[in-house]
Amino acid sequence: MLWMVLFWEFAKVGLFCVGGGYASMPLIQACVVDDYHWLTLSEFIDVFTISQMTPGPIGINAATFAGMKVAGFPGSVAATLGFASPSFLLCLFVARLFARYGNIGRIRGVLNGLRPAVVALICAAGISFISLSLFGTEQFPLEAAAMKAGFDPKNTLILVLALIAARRKVNVIYILLGSGLFGVALGMMG
Amino acid sequence: MPDKDLPERGSHFYRALFCSTFLISAFTVGGGFVIIPLLKAKYVDEYGWLEDEETLNLVAVAQSMPGVVAVNAAILLGYRMAGIPGALTALFATILPPLITLSVISQAYDFFIQSPLVRLLLKGMQCGATALIVNVAVDLVYKQCKKKLALPLAILVGTFAANFFFGVNLMLLVVIDGILGLLLLCGPEYD
Repeated sequence: MLWMVLFWEFAKVGLFCVGGGYASMPLIQACVVDDYHWLTLSEFIDVFTISQMTPGPIGINAATFAGMKVAGFPGSVAATLGFASPSFLLCLFVARLFARYGNIGRIRGVLNGLRPAVVALICAAGISFISLSLFGTEQFPLEAAAMKAGFDPKNTLILVLALIAARRKVNVIYILLGSGLFGVALGMMG
Repeated sequence: MPDKDLPERGSHFYRALFCSTFLISAFTVGGGFVIIPLLKAKYVDEYGWLEDEETLNLVAVAQSMPGVVAVNAAILLGYRMAGIPGALTALFATILPPLITLSVISQAYDFFIQSPLVRLLLKGMQCGATALIVNVAVDLVYKQCKKKLALPLAILVGTFAANFFFGVNLMLLVVIDGILGLLLLCGPEYD
């Protein structure tokens, strides 16, 4: 029953990876490449590339794609559900605690410290993404020469238009789809 | 529902929750910290299902739990909005799109990886997602500044610098900021 093994192994990855999608990559690699030899390292790098390129959370993408490569569609379902199930149980537990004890002064204090931290992390992600979208690299600060070489006016145009649309409260989904289609249109014009 | 403050939600709510979360997961290239601002834009700014503050609280919790941050955030926000049915709805709406997309892609891997059209589409969507994060980030920073509280602002700037310029580990930052909050920010003016 390969899919049961997949479910169990990915549940372990889900339980032990802390810090988001990228953090799960070494754990998934250890499991599917080093321990079980389901995939070669080069196939695993494909998994990583595809997970980053395709929409959706990176860790879930990787689990789905790795599961698919190992055992077809049932494998991808098993790996994905396995990956998400520890999160689900833990989050429900914490959400319960939160609903009951979230009003206690000390816990409010901790949250008051964490809220600005989340804002800071969203800002950091935003700047990395600006750099990636406009200059094709997450490196920052860039040297002027690299900035000039990598600068993409088409992407800049899409980003600015999307930002204007976002300020005018256009539906998020339309902005994403529109940006994608606009990218195709600009690219085809040459 | 065991928790009294969870509001009653009709079938219309679940449909809207599922559809909006599904579409965000289906069209957002770039992972957790891209998806979270978009969920916030939908749940808080468009539908008004949650408040700014509690969304940030829950995202902070999601960030410090094991697993995929976007999935944790969807579960926690879904639970806050409508209990276990809400959490399940948000969870499946987040993981179904990758399951479908990658099933299709793995069948046509070579075409997908080489197709210039696909690249253009993904790159365009990435630019759109970038604009959306920037938009959410600007709003959040503006609101934080408007409160004119020195300590939280210092935490914001310090965390940003430590993460962005010095590459300090995210988990470590979250723990440090939590402790700072516990020691310094328990007063009612910071709520």
